[in-house]
Amino acid sequence: MSADVELDRVTIRFGPFTAVRGATLRIQDGEFFSFLGPSGCGKTTILRTISGFLEPSEGTVRIGGRDMRGIGPNRRPTALIFQNLALFPLMSVAENIGYGLRVRGVPAAERKRKVDALLNLIALADQGGKRINELSGGQKQRVAIARALAVEPDVLLLDEPLSALDLKLRQHMRNELRAIQRRVHTTFIYITHDQGEALTMSDRIAVMNAGVIEQVGDGRTVYDNPATPFVASFVGENNPIPGQVAGAANGMAVLETPLGRLAGRNPGGLSAGQAATVFVRPEALRLGEGAAEATFRATVRAIAFEGNLSHVYLKGPAEKDIVLTVGRDASSRVPQQGETASVHFDTRAAVVLAARP
Amino acid sequence: MIESLVKGLLIAAPFAVVAVFWIMAVRERRLAGNPGARGFFQHNGVPIGIFLLLAVGFWAVVMIVLPQLYMVDYSFHPKLPPKDYGGPKDHYTLENYHYFIFGSTTERDALNTTHLRAFFLTIVCSIVVTFVNFCICYPLAYYMAQAAPASRVRLLMLLLIVPFWVNEILRAFAFRIIFGTSGILNNVLMALGVVAEPIDFLGLDVGLYTGLSYAYLLMMMFPLYNAIESLDRNQIEAARDLGAPWWHIHLNVVMPHAKPGIASGCTMVFMLSAGALAAPQILGGPSSLWFTPIVYDRFYQAFNWPQGSAYAFILLLTCVLFVMAVMRVFKVSLGEITR
Amino acid sequence: MTSRAVFRAMLGFYMVLFFGFLFGPLVVMGATAFNTPNYPQAWPFEGFTLHWFADLADDRDLMDGIWNSLVIGLGVVALAVPVGLAGAIVMTQIYWRARGLYYLVVVSPVLTPGIILGISTVIFWKDVTTATGVKALYDGFFMTILGQSTFISAYCMLIFLSRLQRFDRAQEEAALDLGATQSQVFWHVLIPFLRPAVLSAALLAFLASFENYNTTTFAILSDTTLTTVLAGRVRQGTTPAISALAVIIILVTLAGAIAYEVLRRREARREAAAAAARQAEENLEGGGRVAAATA
Repeated sequence: MSADVELDRVTIRFGPFTAVRGATLRIQDGEFFSFLGPSGCGKTTILRTISGFLEPSEGTVRIGGRDMRGIGPNRRPTALIFQNLALFPLMSVAENIGYGLRVRGVPAAERKRKVDALLNLIALADQGGKRINELSGGQKQRVAIARALAVEPDVLLLDEPLSALDLKLRQHMRNELRAIQRRVHTTFIYITHDQGEALTMSDRIAVMNAGVIEQVGDGRTVYDNPATPFVASFVGENNPIPGQVAGAANGMAVLETPLGRLAGRNPGGLSAGQAATVFVRPEALRLGEGAAEATFRATVRAIAFEGNLSHVYLKGPAEKDIVLTVGRDASSRVPQQGETASVHFDTRAAVVLAARP
Repeated sequence: MIESLVKGLLIAAPFAVVAVFWIMAVRERRLAGNPGARGFFQHNGVPIGIFLLLAVGFWAVVMIVLPQLYMVDYSFHPKLPPKDYGGPKDHYTLENYHYFIFGSTTERDALNTTHLRAFFLTIVCSIVVTFVNFCICYPLAYYMAQAAPASRVRLLMLLLIVPFWVNEILRAFAFRIIFGTSGILNNVLMALGVVAEPIDFLGLDVGLYTGLSYAYLLMMMFPLYNAIESLDRNQIEAARDLGAPWWHIHLNVVMPHAKPGIASGCTMVFMLSAGALAAPQILGGPSSLWFTPIVYDRFYQAFNWPQGSAYAFILLLTCVLFVMAVMRVFKVSLGEITR
Repeated sequence: MTSRAVFRAMLGFYMVLFFGFLFGPLVVMGATAFNTPNYPQAWPFEGFTLHWFADLADDRDLMDGIWNSLVIGLGVVALAVPVGLAGAIVMTQIYWRARGLYYLVVVSPVLTPGIILGISTVIFWKDVTTATGVKALYDGFFMTILGQSTFISAYCMLIFLSRLQRFDRAQEEAALDLGATQSQVFWHVLIPFLRPAVLSAALLAFLASFENYNTTTFAILSDTTLTTVLAGRVRQGTTPAISALAVIIILVTLAGAIAYEVLRRREARREAAAAAARQAEENLEGGGRVAAATA
């Protein structure tokens, strides 16, 4: 309650262009919440609106129950970590971290104490005197986080902070950010286009596309029960098989598809005659024959051996290949290229969603 | 009285212009609906905002615009004792400009040949000096910008800067030492037996023209250098590969690219030459007439301030016209001329 | 000779002529400073002496002029640097429709002959002081500082503008986000960034003011500056003491230029060291040292 972030039908327009449309959600105090979406989907715009650099054209932003309209970024209980970090190059590491305290009039001795504690937190204990241009990428990252944490914000906002780092460092920093968040119990609002990051780090995710929040939920929900075709395709790998609903009953639906009749869960309650797509994840597909409405045959286009698993690419009904993941310990043999193989899946693992209009 | 009315309008005009733009800006911001837009005082905070407004306002209005407007207005007044201004004898008149052309405030039977001649001579000579400066500076500017290694460029820069910081008066003084009747040039010529008597270089204005060509070399050099430096060396290489002769490369590749620099240099040198005061006063022979010292004399010899203002305004108009002509001919904008 | 060699020779010849033209008069003037005759004479060289330098110190008018020039120079720095800074900041924020006119107005003093700036300043303040009765403002020092600052502020503004263009706006936002007021952002983030520009603008302003003649000679009224004293002396005929002054100025400028070069080399070395340290850090980082440190 004390630091819930609430977006109430927030719409943000830049002249004729609508960047965010009707965003409504509530982020709990102490959550690690991510906005996930492709470039240009509006997630940065939302972040800057929560920080106070933009005012919504419609709707309200509330933090801790207080309407934030008209309150500038320097008076909001938020702290933002910029994509390019925006550290102050002419100040030392300690001065950077202590800056927020300095402008609040915290006396020098207490400032030093807090800064030292934060330097310990980010494992740069005796390096307060260093200049920013002497730091590596990962170190700068951590200084930016410490600088934001120093002002003890209710909400910490992170703008794709790991996108500039190389792979190994990125994976390490993911864990570190999560650990820091758990330790300080601050609400973290994180934006990224990398769904792996969002899934590993977040308590809940909001998946965005073209200004609209398509789904909000924890990682498992978003992954197993996508609400829209975009979410189904964007989060993780997925195989969309288009068709028309032939019948629906008991929460399941059967589709007529170019690959035959296929069934899946029907969370949206679609009825016969509607155009729909059934989504099956690569890891849910198995080689071999299966139940009647859960099997199809397709030609193997290619096989990619990737160490602990292989990807089998089958010719699908549309331009996109159907991807199937085969583990090392698969009982059935991996088919050859050019072969026509049978593929089956558990219909409860498949999801039927209305086709994109 | 119409004079007071005009004066009042002149004072109000700049503030009116500022107010109009301010209102337009606020209106546009309200209507555009830009989520990130903030007003001037919101963006800068009130204390800094006030500082910016006062500083720029004082500069633009009190230091730049109003004095110019006052000077132009003054040039249309007759010469009166100070207490008579604003009184019945004060009225708008063209008599100062009349004097410039006809040599008197009322008669038209003769032309003010002295002043007119000086004016046109000044313009023509300034143009010649500009051209000469360009010819002298261009090779070195090109060499420094494209052909010389970096360390040598720095050394050459150093060598160029040092004379620049010697006062222009001392530089003119140096030329006087050289060209005077007992100056070094005459002494050497007489010692070598080339001439029997000293040549009056100063009287022939040779000293003046040389001095003027010298004085503003660096105002031509630096814009040229900067402009040529920005040219991608590959373009020159490509032209050379295609077999273009060196003069062709310069005319068609380098100079077009360096247009802003050339325009900048020419504008500055012309303006400084036409407006030169120290060099003509020091190096000019008794019969040499340079326009700017004439303007000076209107104030401190003839004590006719309105007339001096008129002459100053004529000089100003000339420079403005020259700048506009350069901008038109070279097709450059004002921003490109002022480095 | 090959055309390359011919070209080289021509270039060398041209450079000799150019720099000969550039330095010749100064050398000649310098020579007169050490020559004994009472009037500046470079050749024939009749005897070596240093007493013209000593004469300088006794020259009351010259010393007064130098002092006044210093005072005015400092005044111009105090006025033109903040005004130029304000001008640059406003330029980055001004309503787009007004930008062209604004630029034209504030840059026009650079393209205006100096005497016109002096004349217009004097006429304006004469009018203002008679209209308001505040006689004190019709003062040589005051008007000279204003007249010179009119165009020197433009130079300062251009310096600040070019530095401002490289400013990362995100730093302002970061400071705001951390709770700073706009004034604090200005003093803590913007001004430190502009410090090199402030220094070069101040230096430029001082030097431009010190050597100014055209504007000063009108605005200074009955007072004197170094340039007006020099101009008077040179026109009326003078001893080589003036040449001695020129020699001193040249030496000071040379010393300044050399000092600048030394400082610049030192700064470059420091930058290289910092870059090397950063590279070493990055190399270590990729290899898991970070994991151990944050256990």
